[in-house]
Amino acid sequence: MVDSAILTPTTGATAPAVDAAPNKLEVRDLTIRYGSTVALHGVNLSIREHEIFGIIGPANAGKTSFLKAVNRMDEFTTGMRVDGEIRFNARDTRRLNNVYALRSRIGVVFPLPVGLPMTVYDNVALSPRLRGIKEKAELDVIVQRCLTRAALWDEVKDRLDALGSLLSGGQQQRLTIARALSQEPDLLMLDEFSIAVDPVTTMRIEDVLKELRKEVTIILVTNLVQQARRLADRTAFFLGGECVEIGVTEDLFTGEVKDQRTRDYVEGRFG
Amino acid sequence: MATANPTMFQASDLNHHNERVQKRYRLLFGLMTLLLITPVMLILGTLVVKGGGAISWEFLFSAPTNGMRTGGVFPALLGTIWLVTVALLLSVPIGIFAAIYLSEYAGDNWFTRTINLAIINLAGVPSIVHALFGLGAFVLFFKFGTSILAASLTLAVMTMPVVIVATRESLQAVPQAFREACWNMGATRWQTIRRVVLPNSITGILTGVILEVSRTAGETAPIMFTGAVFFTPFLPQSVFDQTMALSLHLFVTATQVPGIAEEVPFAVALVLIGLVLTMNSVSIAFRMWLRGKKKW
Repeated sequence: MVDSAILTPTTGATAPAVDAAPNKLEVRDLTIRYGSTVALHGVNLSIREHEIFGIIGPANAGKTSFLKAVNRMDEFTTGMRVDGEIRFNARDTRRLNNVYALRSRIGVVFPLPVGLPMTVYDNVALSPRLRGIKEKAELDVIVQRCLTRAALWDEVKDRLDALGSLLSGGQQQRLTIARALSQEPDLLMLDEFSIAVDPVTTMRIEDVLKELRKEVTIILVTNLVQQARRLADRTAFFLGGECVEIGVTEDLFTGEVKDQRTRDYVEGRFG
Repeated sequence: MATANPTMFQASDLNHHNERVQKRYRLLFGLMTLLLITPVMLILGTLVVKGGGAISWEFLFSAPTNGMRTGGVFPALLGTIWLVTVALLLSVPIGIFAAIYLSEYAGDNWFTRTINLAIINLAGVPSIVHALFGLGAFVLFFKFGTSILAASLTLAVMTMPVVIVATRESLQAVPQAFREACWNMGATRWQTIRRVVLPNSITGILTGVILEVSRTAGETAPIMFTGAVFFTPFLPQSVFDQTMALSLHLFVTATQVPGIAEEVPFAVALVLIGLVLTMNSVSIAFRMWLRGKKKW
């Protein structure tokens, strides 16, 4: 694949020292506007390879906008403007020509599940097929693995031919997760993935995420501060379009904070 | 412990009022529906009663004789099938592809808005104007002569807006979230259209085509000057031939032939409606088959 070579970080002796930094994502002076409204202002952060990076914050903090900017979704979001630099695998994504290769390496799951109106099987096989995989046996393996990881296999293994958009809300959400995993992404961005999922299944998916961390980098946007605490290595607190604080997750919860607003938020005293 | 309140489920004055209003509206809507189907039933009923007797195997499959007074409608029936088929072959691909471009590729700017406005206006142009345009453009300028090609081109130009508007509407009925989910996986616009958008809008697009068939088959003015003739003893061999057509034949038998049996024009109209319904039922069956397959 020629496309993937563009995005693979240069490693080895010939690589410049800067590129050797184990940062999956580097964000500099990121500002996002919708028309004249500023959704996110002057954000700087780095996300390391193989970490789970939590982003917490109330509504309107700019969390979802941040994810959209990483995936260059501003290109099809009317009025959305992104300024600043987002480096993914040491490449400036804003100046990348091959946006398809970028998006195929980043899996996204948004709060509202989208079961595409095709069969469960086709939903999960879509991304492999887009990559050019045609063989049934190979697709079967990918579909089963991704559905299993998304904690959905047992429920749908007998009706892979059912329409994905007719599954229940929670099942569709896990289908969406399975679809994101089927991209075999480098970076997985989850936005409130557990909003439509029952607590037991949420726990199962959380376990899978802990496993997945060995292979992929995960950005976890969540309203459940305890979920961030359970999963995230480091966590950023966004508030009103500003990145208030970034720190080791446990520090944020034990009071090792630089900003009083962070403590108020994680302790539920915010308002 | 909760005790049953005896008045809780008794209808109040407000309940009675709401119920009365609701019944009045239901009556209104029902009457309108009745009003709507009355002319349809009257037309079909009259045609069957007055023209049904004339329909026979021979009527369908033989040429008119004795100055249209006897014989059948076969050249006109075949001519209409030619005209509709060629017109569809021209307008359906162009209409669908243009609609896909306008809906899926083109941005929302003054240029596409102007095009959309032009399409809507084109749909509002009276058919006689299209007829004269077809005469000037296809018959005279392009020198196709009065032929099936010229007539079908005229019909295609006239009905293309229907296809474009129907296609665009059904494409836009596919939720944007489906597209975004697909784009987010790294799919190109075309991959998204082929795998997600088209499979879920094809039934709506077919509805547009069905509407177009009905309109194309029934139009008289646009083909009068461009390809359809009063009478020809020959069946069309190619798109460069002139042809008879059911719609024009109906006009002719109803108004231009003295001493014709009264049942003939009714029978011709019945054949025309039958043809349209037959063509439609094919695409309706196809649409139902697709729906069943997609469970959508």
